Amino acid sequence: MLRKSFLSLLGLHWAGAANADWALNMPRGITELSAETYDLHMMVFWWCVAIGVVVFGVMIISLFLHRKSRGAKAATFSHSTGAEVIWTIIPCIILLVMAVPAAETMIRLEDSRDPDVSIVITGYQWKWHYKYQDEDVEFYSSLALPSVKARFKESGVDPFSVENYLLEVDRPLVVPRGKKVRLLMTSNDVIHSWWVPDLAIKKDAIPGIINEVWFRATETGTFRGQCAELCGKDHGYMPIVVEVVEPDAYQAWVDTRQDGGAQVAQMEN
Amino acid sequence: MTTAVADAHDAHEHHGPEKGIKRWLFTTNHKDIGTMYLIFSLIMFFAGGSMALVIRSELMTPGLQFVHPEFFNQMTTMHALIMVFGAVMPAFVGLANWMIPMMIGAPDMALPRMNNWSFWILPVAFGLLASTLFMPGGAPASGWTMYPPLVLQTGDAFPFLIFSIHLMGLSSIMGAINIIVTILNMRAPDMWLLKMPMFVWTWLITAYLLIAVMPVFAGAVTMLLTDQFFGTSFFLAAGGGDPVMFQHIFWFFGHPEVYIMILPAFGVVSEIIPTFSRKPLFGHDSMVYAASCIAFLSFIVWAHHMFTVGMPLSGQLFFMFSTMLIAVPTGVKVFNWIATMWRGSMTFETPMLFSLGFVFLFTIGGFSGLMLAIAPADIQYHDSYFVVAHFHYVLVPGSIFALMAGAYYWLPKWTGHMYNETAGKLHFWMSTIFVNLTFFPMHFLGLAGMPRRIPDYSTQFADFNWMASVGAIGFGLSQLIFVYVLLTSKKGEKATDRVWEAPRGLEWTVPSPAPYHTFDTPPVKRVSEEAFE
Repeated sequence: MLRKSFLSLLGLHWAGAANADWALNMPRGITELSAETYDLHMMVFWWCVAIGVVVFGVMIISLFLHRKSRGAKAATFSHSTGAEVIWTIIPCIILLVMAVPAAETMIRLEDSRDPDVSIVITGYQWKWHYKYQDEDVEFYSSLALPSVKARFKESGVDPFSVENYLLEVDRPLVVPRGKKVRLLMTSNDVIHSWWVPDLAIKKDAIPGIINEVWFRATETGTFRGQCAELCGKDHGYMPIVVEVVEPDAYQAWVDTRQDGGAQVAQMEN
Repeated sequence: MTTAVADAHDAHEHHGPEKGIKRWLFTTNHKDIGTMYLIFSLIMFFAGGSMALVIRSELMTPGLQFVHPEFFNQMTTMHALIMVFGAVMPAFVGLANWMIPMMIGAPDMALPRMNNWSFWILPVAFGLLASTLFMPGGAPASGWTMYPPLVLQTGDAFPFLIFSIHLMGLSSIMGAINIIVTILNMRAPDMWLLKMPMFVWTWLITAYLLIAVMPVFAGAVTMLLTDQFFGTSFFLAAGGGDPVMFQHIFWFFGHPEVYIMILPAFGVVSEIIPTFSRKPLFGHDSMVYAASCIAFLSFIVWAHHMFTVGMPLSGQLFFMFSTMLIAVPTGVKVFNWIATMWRGSMTFETPMLFSLGFVFLFTIGGFSGLMLAIAPADIQYHDSYFVVAHFHYVLVPGSIFALMAGAYYWLPKWTGHMYNETAGKLHFWMSTIFVNLTFFPMHFLGLAGMPRRIPDYSTQFADFNWMASVGAIGFGLSQLIFVYVLLTSKKGEKATDRVWEAPRGLEWTVPSPAPYHTFDTPPVKRVSEEAFE
């Protein structure tokens, strides 16, 4: 680790960090709504850039032209009702342009009717529990062993040598592609928050309350996330892994889990 | 300087400060109390800053190097509590104490004894809070937002946390009452409300916000206290309570609190930009209306901190729309500052540099704020480093830059000497470079999926975290330049009464350094006119 910091200071850091992918932006994700969310994000971002160019542009021009060292003489005007009305109305119009698509997406996000698969997610300090409502499948999902071995102070393991450090679990959540999956969230102790950026889902798991979200994955693959609500000392160590598979592979997985899953659940209870 | 002021001052020469420690313990003088507030907040700024450096050192590279996760959480919690309640808020109260009586031509604050008390409660409150670091179970580690049920897992520190917040609230409420009474009753005879300087105006509005929300906050933490010790279940689901209700109450306080920390900053910048543009503030009245609008809106947007808790759709839409509306009055403010500069005759002394830095960087924080208002996108941003980047942009190059600007602007009036301009400019440039190096990469981290309040992270976040940590250390060290400026502040050339070339306001009609008592008799109309022209 010391060597790593030293290399960083030498400016060799960028070459050294092989795992870095310099992610700059929100992922577009793998659901219709994650793509919509991404588009909203980009729309507002470009509006901000445009407003920024105009506002900062005027300011920078003023900073160059109207300086005493260039011999600028101060004008004396102190208000202009016309200008002020204009720069009140234009932002209102821009806000309206943003608000309409945002509200439309919001309405779709909340429509969790008629799901194909329902999964109850329960947050624990510090792991997740998944229970498939219509199947006899339930299990805990916690931080995978290689990360556990590396996470402690003076563990002697370089995090860079662990694949998916802190983002790997022992048993991932498996869901079918193309099906409407509804997640019902609650907690057994303190508030947690289930966040997977590629699904554009972040929902608090709150004791005594059941929250609902839904998604329909359009691609198969493995998608990772973390608990997003401070939940105690191991808040940083309860990752989420979602595996999206084809529906028949999903059915096969459910069939194998039905017995094994019960055993696992029993063992852990 | 006018003879009227000088005479009033000479007549009271015998009425100077007490000697030794008694001067500070028993003082009722607004200048002494202002000084104590400012020094206290500077100490807290460095205390909270050291905690930030513990956080950033740990996060410099993946893996745990220096601290354990539980201590890391104590650091994030204490850093926030100290910076919000110990550094930023008392610093603005300090500026208010020093400057408001001098700006409105009053001899002192209206309630000088209460003024003494509202300051001296603060060291006690923060002594209590800091002592929790040495208690079994450590300091509070639930984040400054103190969400139950997590906060109820705090160790012995818990009642001390609650009580120290009660004390801070008491201090803030008394300070706010004092400011309101002073402004409404003690203005110079011909200073009607809309003639008041912007700093006075923004503080008047801020003081009302404080009175409105600090009791709410005190109530919320008291309910936590009774849940913990007296068997109630306000926030405990098992007893029929609702953990989310705490969040509603907390943010009903918390969002106005955000504006409590930024409105006085608007005021400071609105004083400084006209001075160094040599041009009156553009749209003074619309600035007042904009600040009032922001204050009103701050009461109806709180649940935008809670888009992921599972609110009804109608609630989410309402809070999204009301939050977006804040962009309008805030935009008016920024446009008015730029219009003030436009066709002015600008020079770039340190206060002006910090104010310009404020306008640029606060606006960037405003942009990310607008993005956060869009509820579906907020679901992705929420509790990620994007949020951390956002609120640090509005608080550090926002509130703290404005505080620095104000300190440099009024320092010659306080000490009677010009500060070291070269050091001041260096302080500005170093702060600006490092503040951006620290907080800009955090936007990327958040968008890429890094949650906030975690002591360790996946290796894909390593590079930007390393940058942010380097920036944080640089920013911390840069603040030592400010200490150097303060320590040498009496060595510079003597300041004139007006200090700057074209300042406006009554504070520039009294001598530099400002005598212990100013405006024993209200300024005569002629003086005020000169100052207001």
